[in-house]
Amino acid sequence: MSVLLVLLVGVPALTTLACVVLPRRVAAALTVATGIASFVFAVALIAPATDHTLTALGYLRADALSVVFVLATAFLYMTTAIYTVGYQAAEAATVAAGVEDRRIFARYSRLFYVGLNAFAWSMLAAPLVNGLALLWIAVEITTVVSALLVALDDTEGATEAAWKYVLIASSGLGIALLATIFMYYAGSTVLGESYDLAFDPLLRGAANMPHTPVALAFVLAVVGFGTKVGLFPVHTWLPDAHAEAPTPVSTLLSGSLLAVSFYAILRFYQISIIPLGTRFPQLVLLIFGAASLLLAALYLLEQRDIKRLLAYSSVEHMGILTIGVSFGVPLALAGVLLHVLAHAAAKGNAFMGAGVMVRKYGTKELHRIRDAMSRLPWSAPMFLLAVFALAAMPPFGLFRSEFQIIAGGLIDHRNAAAVALVCLVTVAFAGLTAATTWMLFAPSRAEGPGAATAAAMERGEPSTWMVIPVVMGTAALLLLGLAPPGELIQLLTHAANDLVGVGR
Amino acid sequence: MSVLAASQTVPTVFDGVANTVAVVVLLLEFGMLRATLLRSQVRLYAGQSLAVSVLAAVVAYGRDVPELYALAILSLLLKVVVVPLVVLALLRDAHAEIAGSGALGVANQVLVAIGITAFGFFSVGVLGIHSSVLPTTALSLSVAVVLVAFVLMIMRRDVVSQAIGFFSLENGVSLASLVVAAGMPLILEVAFLFDLLVAVVVFGVLMRTHHRRTRSLSTETLDRLRG
Repeated sequence: MSVLLVLLVGVPALTTLACVVLPRRVAAALTVATGIASFVFAVALIAPATDHTLTALGYLRADALSVVFVLATAFLYMTTAIYTVGYQAAEAATVAAGVEDRRIFARYSRLFYVGLNAFAWSMLAAPLVNGLALLWIAVEITTVVSALLVALDDTEGATEAAWKYVLIASSGLGIALLATIFMYYAGSTVLGESYDLAFDPLLRGAANMPHTPVALAFVLAVVGFGTKVGLFPVHTWLPDAHAEAPTPVSTLLSGSLLAVSFYAILRFYQISIIPLGTRFPQLVLLIFGAASLLLAALYLLEQRDIKRLLAYSSVEHMGILTIGVSFGVPLALAGVLLHVLAHAAAKGNAFMGAGVMVRKYGTKELHRIRDAMSRLPWSAPMFLLAVFALAAMPPFGLFRSEFQIIAGGLIDHRNAAAVALVCLVTVAFAGLTAATTWMLFAPSRAEGPGAATAAAMERGEPSTWMVIPVVMGTAALLLLGLAPPGELIQLLTHAANDLVGVGR
Repeated sequence: MSVLAASQTVPTVFDGVANTVAVVVLLLEFGMLRATLLRSQVRLYAGQSLAVSVLAAVVAYGRDVPELYALAILSLLLKVVVVPLVVLALLRDAHAEIAGSGALGVANQVLVAIGITAFGFFSVGVLGIHSSVLPTTALSLSVAVVLVAFVLMIMRRDVVSQAIGFFSLENGVSLASLVVAAGMPLILEVAFLFDLLVAVVVFGVLMRTHHRRTRSLSTETLDRLRG
């Protein structure tokens, strides 16, 4: 079974290299195949990783917790790869017939596929590496690759967003490196001067670590990796990067990159609660989570840009995850992990739907997108379902996960925090659905900005390739909400127990 | 005096050398904060990287950790030679010499940085983290370097200074890792350095893109995305 780990890390890397030389259509086919293969490998990991920890080559390791994040990333890799076929075809259609233009587009397209595969590769590798140091390195690679992808469209906005992103996220990771080093120091008092920060020895030795360096490392890790999760007050790069990146990249950023950074925080949490007890780490997480949720809920009420709207919704969901971990009981933690999966599917759908609307209307401004329901027979209803899913309506997976998180909070007697969570999520729901209703159902303007283009617009989808992945995402959301498979539930329960140290 | 001598160990030559080099790193960080010419800022960064590399060699010699010699040489090659060359090449293409004005005047920037340095220095001092490799003072100094690097990135309004701020932040973290994590396996240290190299390349690409679009290195125009 260890061979699966090698395949998960190796195949996307090879695809990345192959895309350097392959022409666009072949690269597209190969990317789709790699995406599907990665998801199959990830699903095959569920059963073996539930029972015991898998290792390979000395540097790769998978337990229940890592497989949850690998699943989320691999699913989005698969759907995004399919979506990108349609996205690139639509881009190609806008390119002028000139030889020079075609050459520029071929270069753009090649960079796009190389970057997309490298990005997915780094995010698959991050949860699979064994140790805090390697985890930091993998997360840093996700930053540099995705910063280039954000800049790829080469507009003024993309340049600005990419610069802010790379500077803020790299500085955050500088702090995270400091956290890693302090954790190394704490571990070195138990494990000796020279060791490689692998998880298992750290977890075994954690009980005897000195408290101050561990507490310092934990707070620095929450701030440092939290920069990439999008926690307040270090979230400022997030809406810019999500809004200006090409849509397939926004999808991966939102559904997967934030989750992978959150995984890093979870690893620090898992180690820190052994010497520190749960009180201090949970308090830190509660403060950051509640502040992020509050900020995001307020920003959602007043948004003018469809992709920024979804970006703030990501901040909101990361806030929910962080609060969920601060509740600390296994029920809430299993909810958090289910939330990671369901959020990946729902946010992927929402961004892909938004991408179709942006393509159709040629703008990202909310007030220029009207009456989408009668223009986009598939994407508009699917977008509505994705927004309902994001707002945690039944029967979708996020309803189940948020229900578990809040129930866990009430069990743990965190009534105030649980009530605040419900209220803020409701505010966010209001903002998100109001904007969506305008876009989908409000009749087009007879005059004013965009009226002429709206009148000339035909009913129909830009590309079937951009609808298929959304249907897959909706199916996944329904599956997670209505009848999550038994193996998956076992995996989540096992991972949640691992996190709180039950049975260790 | 005899009481003092009994309660405190006399600093050795090794401690003295290590602390001096760490202080030099911090002073060079302040130098970057006040440098007006972008070129001199890059030179100061190269000097700071050199100091960090020297400290790695000092630790390797004084504490007998031969792996750190390899680290010192690698970090010398990368941070003293490659990174400054990349940034200088960009400056040559951009024909930019002088950094734009910061958010505060230079004197005020330095005052703010001194206050923050004091905060970092003393707050790490009370944590009670002791290392067998280097004196704790070096750890306090490294945290001060990290904080001043943040001041540099926040106050300056051009892409080169901000990038140099980030690279020097990394120097501060390297200093901290010498104090509390000197035994870290070489392969991880090399991986960290390699990561930095990738980051430098990406920073370089984005700086060039920025310069191509705006015809300047200033970040004043980067205020379109908000809300």
